[in-house]
Amino acid sequence: MQREAAIREPLILGNKTYKDITDDVVGPIEGPAPMGWKIMITIAALIAVYGVGSILYLLGTGIGVWGLNKTVGWSWDITNFVWWVGIGHAGTLISAVLLLFRQKWRMAINRSAEAMTIFAVIMAAIFPGIHMGRIWVSYWVLPLPNQFGSLWVNFNSPLLWDVFAISTYFSVSLVFWYIGLIPDFATIRDRMKKPLAKKIYGFLSFGWSGRAKHWTRFEEVSLVLAGIATPLVFSVHSIVSMDFATSVIPGWHTTIFPPYFVSGAVFSGFAMVQTLLLIMRKGMKLENYIHVKHVEYMNIVIIVTGSIVGVAYLTELFISWYSGVEYESYAFINRFSGPYSWSYWIMMTCNVISPQLFWFKKIRRSLIATFILSIVVNIGMWFERYVIIVTSIHRDYNPSSWGEFHPTSVDVGIFIGTLGIFFTLFLGFARFFPVLALNELKTILKSSGENYKKSHESH
Amino acid sequence: MGKVFHVMYDDDDTLKQAATQLVSKGIHIREVYSPFPIHGIDPIIGVKRTRLAIAAFMYATTGTTLALLGMWYFMIHDWPMNIGGKPSFSLIENLPAFIPVTFEFSVLCGAHGMALTYLLRNGTLPGMPATNPDPRTTDNMFVMEIAADGQAMSVDELEAAVKATALVELSVKESH
Repeated sequence: MQREAAIREPLILGNKTYKDITDDVVGPIEGPAPMGWKIMITIAALIAVYGVGSILYLLGTGIGVWGLNKTVGWSWDITNFVWWVGIGHAGTLISAVLLLFRQKWRMAINRSAEAMTIFAVIMAAIFPGIHMGRIWVSYWVLPLPNQFGSLWVNFNSPLLWDVFAISTYFSVSLVFWYIGLIPDFATIRDRMKKPLAKKIYGFLSFGWSGRAKHWTRFEEVSLVLAGIATPLVFSVHSIVSMDFATSVIPGWHTTIFPPYFVSGAVFSGFAMVQTLLLIMRKGMKLENYIHVKHVEYMNIVIIVTGSIVGVAYLTELFISWYSGVEYESYAFINRFSGPYSWSYWIMMTCNVISPQLFWFKKIRRSLIATFILSIVVNIGMWFERYVIIVTSIHRDYNPSSWGEFHPTSVDVGIFIGTLGIFFTLFLGFARFFPVLALNELKTILKSSGENYKKSHESH
Repeated sequence: MGKVFHVMYDDDDTLKQAATQLVSKGIHIREVYSPFPIHGIDPIIGVKRTRLAIAAFMYATTGTTLALLGMWYFMIHDWPMNIGGKPSFSLIENLPAFIPVTFEFSVLCGAHGMALTYLLRNGTLPGMPATNPDPRTTDNMFVMEIAADGQAMSVDELEAAVKATALVELSVKESH
């Protein structure tokens, strides 16, 4: 049997058995929906409906209803896209990279983090889709034979790389998530008393029976998927950053972008995981599985990635001066002292200063402080993208066309709407899906469960 | 027509010990059903290492080939375009710009190919019926399945050997 150093904090608290783990996770699915959940999903769904309305209005009228103008041709659309894709990076990072590093604490959070990833990537994909204006011809991004020549899509363009990156990332994350869910659906199927629910979970579990050979394959598939999903995580946000970095706009044309965007993505993704899980563990009484130690581990990731982001901001600033290119240095002087300096300083405060507070053990292990700071980071990361995008283009080479961007109600409606759709999906997941990876948690119970660790010590 | 033993244990380590004990007596264990992977059970009951990783590699290299072939056809052969003065007359010259899509497409083919193979080889597909002998094996119980046919001992001897292990339940069924 595998033993773990006594000095390590247990990952599963309380006197748990295998049966308890099943009861604690599947119990809430079998019972009636709590009032708090009903209220939350109603609010989220109403916001989602408003968002869908805004999107339909946009599609019916054209993207002129956004606040875009002569210089600012890309604004909230791409900001929201990058923000959502960034949030979508934590899930696969947790399940893939932490699997390769054999981090056992990931098992309590990977399922919901992956769900968050999938929903966030769906939200992200909405934005380039609707920005095309004519969404019904969005299949033109694929290299399909056509009547124009055939005129093919341009494989030299990072925008096309993005099509491949995002669709690969989405579908691979979805498969990774679902393969992990199959055995847990089987657990629910075998416990369910209600005939219809039993049928549905039976269908979803694909007839999983837990044979030894199947488990061997399961572990191999998880490992190999983790191995190939790890470079995928890094490639996706690198490619997103190349949408900007391969252009010739001062402020965008920077080689630092790929690593800077990837760490920013992990940073914001972990912040969103904290926001969601701190509510979920309370609401679903999972305090024994997701506890202070898990929160602390995630906060450490936030310090590391937040510091990388901070260094990247300062490096950019320094290089813009050191390069001696006047357009480049103007782009940055304009960022911190121009009409958008307020957003620059929000970004700096939220992303550079606030994560440094986690160096204090008290703050790092405080759930309330973590919750507040995670929201601060989410806001900061949205502004990071806003700053990069809008401040770099609102003053171009021709001062007579300089202007500022003002979001319209449609810009705001679509953004708020995606938050509504996201939370509706996530709340649905929390209600009907096993929110913890049951089968994986059971494998670490004996090495990392509190009661087992205590009994090992007494021997 | 032979008897099939379903021996139930309430702990993974107990099952592993029992399996070692039975195998040392020359008993062949047909299957083990468990709620989570029992590490170290495979060599005891003679489950061979899966070749799924090799399959994944082959799917991924297929993806690499298809991506490069496709981009060569679209960008070099069928309709070469002058984009920003960048060369588009040979695959090698244009290769740096093709790397991201080649990588993504390799991952796409590798991951989905392996996932599909995994589901097909397991026989776990939408709508398939569950075949675990007891619903508790997806919760907290561990079942060993032993077929009496083909064993080197009689059914009674087998039963005695099985009962000597730390089991919690034993059910004997006639198989068809």
